[in-house]
Amino acid sequence: MTDYLNIKRMTLLAFDWAFTLEKAILIAIIITVSLVVAMYATYAERKVAGFMQDRLGPNRAGPFGLLQPLADGLKLFFKEEVIPSNSSKFLFILGPCLAMLTAMMTSAVIPWGGKVELGGRIVDLQVADINIGILYIFGVVSLGVYGMMIGGWASNNKYSLMAALRGASQAISYELAMGLSLIALLMLTGSLSLRTITEQQIQGNWWNIVYQPLGFFLFFVCSLAECNRAPFDLPEAESELNMGYHQEYSSMKLGFFLFAEYINMFISCTIIATLFLGGYDMPFVDEAKLSGITALLVGLLALFGKTFILIFIFMWIRWTLPRFRYDQLMNLGWKTLIPLALLNMVITGAVVLLMMK
Amino acid sequence: MDALTQRAKMVDRRPMNWLERIYLWEIFKGMAITLKHFFKKKVTIQYPEQTRPFSPVFRGLQILNRDEEGRERCTACGLCAVACPAEAITMEGAERLPGEEHLYREEKYAAKYEINMLRCIFCGLCEEACPKDAIYLSETFAPANYNRKSFIYGKPDLLIPDPVTRPEEYARAKGLIDKKKNLALKHTKTNELK
Repeated sequence: MTDYLNIKRMTLLAFDWAFTLEKAILIAIIITVSLVVAMYATYAERKVAGFMQDRLGPNRAGPFGLLQPLADGLKLFFKEEVIPSNSSKFLFILGPCLAMLTAMMTSAVIPWGGKVELGGRIVDLQVADINIGILYIFGVVSLGVYGMMIGGWASNNKYSLMAALRGASQAISYELAMGLSLIALLMLTGSLSLRTITEQQIQGNWWNIVYQPLGFFLFFVCSLAECNRAPFDLPEAESELNMGYHQEYSSMKLGFFLFAEYINMFISCTIIATLFLGGYDMPFVDEAKLSGITALLVGLLALFGKTFILIFIFMWIRWTLPRFRYDQLMNLGWKTLIPLALLNMVITGAVVLLMMK
Repeated sequence: MDALTQRAKMVDRRPMNWLERIYLWEIFKGMAITLKHFFKKKVTIQYPEQTRPFSPVFRGLQILNRDEEGRERCTACGLCAVACPAEAITMEGAERLPGEEHLYREEKYAAKYEINMLRCIFCGLCEEACPKDAIYLSETFAPANYNRKSFIYGKPDLLIPDPVTRPEEYARAKGLIDKKKNLALKHTKTNELK
């Protein structure tokens, strides 16, 4: 008995250094990649905006303006950092930090690729394969509202406060529809783990979008709203709220808020790709026939390709549609999206029941 | 009342039908339009590398002309300064000394010739007033500068390059003048015909 306990204690104490190192490296890579993608998303946004308005977009810094995000970042770093004297300083600084933190944290449960054997170890391209992956994402995304709320409140500015309130109510309203649209999907998959959902799509014939077109659409619209992207960019409505919750922010704190938005966009596009578009499943390619590294690269290519297409659609929508009025936003959320999501849920439930019999 | 043009469009005030009320179809239509613009040819002229072609009557910065041997044509008669409605031109005349015949075409020349480009309205009246073909408006416009003083152009800024020492640059600047001359000639001819 004591032996057993000892062994158990030993295994508990035996710290798997290689495992820790592997995950640390993976986290570092994922954070770097999301930062770089977010950086170039700002560039892509300006280019897309330009092209859609018959302009060329930034093309002066470096070839094709590729150094523009660096120049922008440098500019933000060199700006004077102003903290309003009437603000509560701790919260004022905490706001952008929270926004950035929650934006980065969601990437932990995304399966970036399949498992691959590297040097005798099976490396999992997912930081944490927790069996409540989607629940975790929802939790962290709701935390993200705090960044906006705290930032807006601590600024001690009426526009910021109003924008923060708007942002919070918008996020809450659309999270409901988002969750409901996902429940229908979860009825089909029977799992909350993103890895399982992806593998089901790889093994099955079709991606989830085929089974859940309405669910996909609702989830897409809701993630637009969650990312505060146009046409749901009410929290930062320049024309009415004067930059919204980041009005009092300057220098890199403003940069953090803006950056968090782009990271959020990248992550939510990845999540949409994972949930509905097969994740790292390359269409028309049988991954099982490929060797380890090739399959990994093909998977990464597939996931990033899907993500970038989705990001382009996000931008495309932003530069096409005008902003919703606040009552329109609430009407759409509560009177259209939630009933549709409920309907979708009921129909899916009925179909699942029938199929089981 | 009849419309002056054919471009007037009646405003459609019919109530929206179902497809329009759910907005989705209209959103897709809008997105199709923006996508069409995405692939359209861009209208941007990338300024320092590309320039917009000017019309032949464009009036830009003045140049002081030389003759074929590179001698300055200006005799500091002051007609341009008199003609100038903005009073942008000032000059000082001087007498040509023996040995300076290769520099100045006639016995009198402009020792100082200044145009204040902040005053100048680029009307071209100086060009019309000049009896000696000495001043022309070119196709360049005043570049940006950091202080007011540098907008007062002196003789070194205004003089056309010497055809003897810098023939290529002279030819390029001269081309503009010739173009103008031809245009003016054509203009007077058509007037005479009338």
